[in-house]
Amino acid sequence: MTRWIAFWSIVAKDMRTYYLKPPNISWGLIFPVAWTGMFFIRSGAGMESVLSLLPGVVAVSILFGTTSMLAVTITFEKSNRSFDRLLLAPISLELLMLAKTSGAILFGVANAFVPIILAAFLTDLSQVRWAAVFPAFGLIAVASTFLGLFIAVSVSQVFEAQTFSNFFRFPMIFLCGLFFPIAQLPVFLRPLSYALPLTYGVDILHGSVHNGNVLPPLLDFSLLAAFCIGLFVLSLYNIRRKWIL
Amino acid sequence: MGSDRDLAVEVGGLTKRYDGLTAVDGVSFSIATGEVFGLLGPNGAGKTTTINILTGLARPDSGAIHIGGVDCTSNPKAAQHLTGVVPDDSNLYPELTGFENLTFCAALYGMRKAERHAQARELLERFGLAEAAGRKFAGYSKGMKRKLTIAAGIIHRPSILFLDEPTTGIDVASARQIRQLIADLHRSGTTILLTTHYIEEAERLCERIAFIVFGRIVRNDTVVDLMQPVQDRHVILLSMCDGGPSLCEELAAAFDQLDFQALPGGQVRVESTEPIRVGPLVRFLEDRGVEVSEARKLRPSLEEVFVQVTGLEAEAMRKEKEKAGGGR
Repeated sequence: MTRWIAFWSIVAKDMRTYYLKPPNISWGLIFPVAWTGMFFIRSGAGMESVLSLLPGVVAVSILFGTTSMLAVTITFEKSNRSFDRLLLAPISLELLMLAKTSGAILFGVANAFVPIILAAFLTDLSQVRWAAVFPAFGLIAVASTFLGLFIAVSVSQVFEAQTFSNFFRFPMIFLCGLFFPIAQLPVFLRPLSYALPLTYGVDILHGSVHNGNVLPPLLDFSLLAAFCIGLFVLSLYNIRRKWIL
Repeated sequence: MGSDRDLAVEVGGLTKRYDGLTAVDGVSFSIATGEVFGLLGPNGAGKTTTINILTGLARPDSGAIHIGGVDCTSNPKAAQHLTGVVPDDSNLYPELTGFENLTFCAALYGMRKAERHAQARELLERFGLAEAAGRKFAGYSKGMKRKLTIAAGIIHRPSILFLDEPTTGIDVASARQIRQLIADLHRSGTTILLTTHYIEEAERLCERIAFIVFGRIVRNDTVVDLMQPVQDRHVILLSMCDGGPSLCEELAAAFDQLDFQALPGGQVRVESTEPIRVGPLVRFLEDRGVEVSEARKLRPSLEEVFVQVTGLEAEAMRKEKEKAGGGR
């Protein structure tokens, strides 16, 4: 019980002080709306293209929403040493970091719904397999958040967090099959695509939204979950190595 | 090293190196339950590194740590529920109010809502921060920040408290209030490890003090025992309009049972194991045309012991700290 009081307090504090602040709410809405507008309306392929673009737009919204917030908030708390308060608390590092990342995961999932709601006004979503879409939202948000955590632990200044995030995020936009199939990439880039977690999340979404998946959904889910665990374990290792000197 | 029920903290052979520099070099000490123990030393002596290791913010290269009878050497989390920490930096959340900061810190230790709210209100009242409870921490003055940081360190009523430079850089009134609080906590049975570079503060608050210099503890004893060598000394400080080393030689020749030391600013320090009679000294000086403006009896202080043991000038230590941003 003691540990859960601490866990929920950290989540509630982060939601209140970071994610539910008016600028972040508006940013969380504007950003996916901008992506949605850019791809759905200006793609020139008509409304029938909405379904094929939707997985990419959702994935990009989650990726940018989670990594932007988490990498900055954790780096900020580390640089002003308020993060030390959390390290001094009698809760395990694993639970502490799960609490610190939960806010970003929820924020990412909320971001995912913006393109979905907009798409609902533009096209028929009745054939979408929501039972696979919602878990995919969750796993993409978790993987992106843990990528943000990995970035936050790797840098010491807030501005470095932003720069380093872009180092991962922008290549992922065209490497992960968001807006065109990985098969269209040059052969030498394809192995890189399959080394990125977003590829598997987007593949689940393509399969669930317009039957456009390449890999079996179970394999996608398994590999995405493995990336989540791997990134989390790697981040914890880095925290112990770099922050507890 | 075995753990002992009467020992709240037991540290043996603690060593920590950073980039080839030994920050803490084989530090060993123990703190009895309910005791106030001081780590006294200049900047860079290893005080904060020692506290960071004890609280789990740093990892020792070697050594053993027992806190509250629990072996924390490889698992510093094991005793974190027993300890409260007040770091040298006021590191609460700038975007939260004073009240929110305290209740959040209480929640980290698993306190329930009603209890943490009541405890936060009580501490805000006790520290004179009740009126600022709804203001953001970022807008607090340095003294207010320090007081709230201490309140955050004790809100979960820890039995062992680590206080790192609690009064550095704050105004005299706040520093007095904090010293009073430390004394109150001691009376209530809290074990306290206090690091400070203020010798008089350590002398006033601590029962036992360790002098730490260049990462090594050079002396560790009770205040009474530390003071013993200077306790039987009698010291008079003479302030004169002029004078110098030659005057000291004349005084030494005339009063062979007394020790004389010329100090800057026309002062002469007179020491003896017997009570010093000021009259003959003043008359001797006035006969030579030297006007004595003041003759003051000095209380033997820990500062003298510190200077003797460490070879460091206490004044230089204080100035160094003030230059680094402290000062009172």
